[in-house]
Amino acid sequence: MRDLLEEIGMTIRRNKLRTALTGLSVAWGIFILIVLLGAGNGLIHAFQSASGTMATNVVEVRSSSTTLPFNGYPAGRHIDLYERDARASQERFPDQVVQAQVQHWQGSVTVSTMKDYVSQSLIGVYPQYLDLGRFTMYRGRFLNKTDLQERRKVIVMHQGVAEQLFERPEEAIGKTVRINQLAFQVIGLYQDAGNTSDRPLYIPFTTQALLFGKGEAIDMFALSVQNLPTAEDNESFESNIRRMMASRKDYAPNDPGGIWIWNRLKQNQNTNEAMHLLTIALWFIGICTLLSGIVGVSNIMLITVKERTREFGICKALGARPAVILRMILLESVTITLLFGYIGLVAGIAATEYMSVLADGTKMEIYGQTIQMFKDPTVDVRIAVQATLALVVAGLLAGFFPARKAVSVRPVEALKAE
Amino acid sequence: MIQLENIHKTYNNGQPLHVLKGINLHIERGEFVSIMGASGSGKSTLLNILGILDNYDEGSYYLDGKLIRDLSESKAADYRNRMIGFVFQSFNLIPFKNALENVALPLFYRGVNRKRRNALALEYLDRLGLAEWAHHLPNELSGGQKQRVAIARALITQPQILLADEPTGALDSRTSIEVMQLLKQLNEEGQTIIVVTHESGVANQTNRIVHIKDGMIGHIEDNVNHNASPFGIDGLMK
Repeated sequence: MRDLLEEIGMTIRRNKLRTALTGLSVAWGIFILIVLLGAGNGLIHAFQSASGTMATNVVEVRSSSTTLPFNGYPAGRHIDLYERDARASQERFPDQVVQAQVQHWQGSVTVSTMKDYVSQSLIGVYPQYLDLGRFTMYRGRFLNKTDLQERRKVIVMHQGVAEQLFERPEEAIGKTVRINQLAFQVIGLYQDAGNTSDRPLYIPFTTQALLFGKGEAIDMFALSVQNLPTAEDNESFESNIRRMMASRKDYAPNDPGGIWIWNRLKQNQNTNEAMHLLTIALWFIGICTLLSGIVGVSNIMLITVKERTREFGICKALGARPAVILRMILLESVTITLLFGYIGLVAGIAATEYMSVLADGTKMEIYGQTIQMFKDPTVDVRIAVQATLALVVAGLLAGFFPARKAVSVRPVEALKAE
Repeated sequence: MIQLENIHKTYNNGQPLHVLKGINLHIERGEFVSIMGASGSGKSTLLNILGILDNYDEGSYYLDGKLIRDLSESKAADYRNRMIGFVFQSFNLIPFKNALENVALPLFYRGVNRKRRNALALEYLDRLGLAEWAHHLPNELSGGQKQRVAIARALITQPQILLADEPTGALDSRTSIEVMQLLKQLNEEGQTIIVVTHESGVANQTNRIVHIKDGMIGHIEDNVNHNASPFGIDGLMK
């Protein structure tokens, strides 16, 4: 082995410039691969952190319209949801549904103070709404049971909304705002990890039903679910909910309408799949870049092998088996790719680390919201190992054809070569 | 040692060229034989077949009792390594290896470890008076020295036969004599040697001369009295 490595070192030293130029293309290929994967990871990490605080085990059911005629009813009938429907789902599927809560979206209202006014949507919710993980509390508290029972006129608003309505938003807690001439006391400010432009105002569900409600109808209920590990489980749970609602509301069981179900877990799985595809695409591009480097190595090896035809002929005459020569050329090719690939790898990782430092500067302000486009764009050890493996395979590929050529020349012809 | 029976060889480069047209030859162990002929007579082809560097189309070739035919490349390489030592006209030393490494090379292919093969290579170089040149590259050596390195390399595996293809072809007459003296001495120590040449002086140093003409063996002469011909005396070789 030591002899073989010395042989290779000797050959490489004889062709320094040529080897360096070829190696550069390999180093460049692997550099691009690492930077691409790092950048991809940056996008993925940014996306994950943006949606990170959302609880994934939530199925939302909203009222909608039927699409099929049934039992004498025409298609297009609007299905009203009620609080009792939410409770029924929980009673019907106690193993899956941990909690059911209703909310009603009021639509846009104008909320005003002495300083300014803002148009925002108003949603009546239960205290458990906080558990859905749409946002986290920034100041003060969220709605509680007593607010609900006593139908208090209290309100929780986005920190950004408070900034518009108050001179000193940090002192907003306890102040009063007006909605349609009704006074509400601000009890909390929230901040969302996500970047939605929608920053609704939250009041107790009961207060909203009392002050703004048109009857008992709600526009949505959210089910906190468990024991649904696979996509199939989720599908069947959704269709169970659909069948149950169809029989309660008297519409066709096979109607895709009637209610509208949004399953965050499924959404999450789709997102993961998209991320997976992105990673594959990046690998593909990276490998293609690497491939041009490999073709370069292969080319150089071909020339080297041609130049050394006579030398190989001598070796064969002295009793070198084809396997020995084959192994020598393959190993030489792998050595070149690995050596320069490693340089590219280190440079690539350095570049991603640099990007990582810069990533903090990619926070963008859009309508007063902070969006980070890029987060932690680095590659982990696993990718470095995969890239190294790719390099070895690449080296073998690059060396294979030249080696086969070298071996296939008959010794008598090889000895005649110049 | 060597038994050639009705060897035929045709090259198929465009126009078929029938180079060897039925060669029959027996060479005993310990012989010193030269194969002589003009260029194009087929003597080099014959040497390539003897050295298992090339295959033949018809007939049979026994080397030390083993039939040499349709061998795989690996098998052929093994036979060459164990049974045959080559000395070429243009020396064929590996230019970037020093004398010692060149001599040790056949043992490397045999899988002998570095220490043993270097010791053995030094021993052979010493035998040929080149010990102090062991760490010089081929281009730092004179023609005669290069050929002696090549002979050391051929001998290190203790081959059954030594094949020399125009061993003095690239040397001046003084060194030519030295090299031929060396071969002669090796033969006296028991080494079977076959020399291919077109120079009468070289052939005259051997004990048997096989004349080849147009792919056939013309005649074989026993050359007992090396001084019978003016060639070979006082460096008159060419």
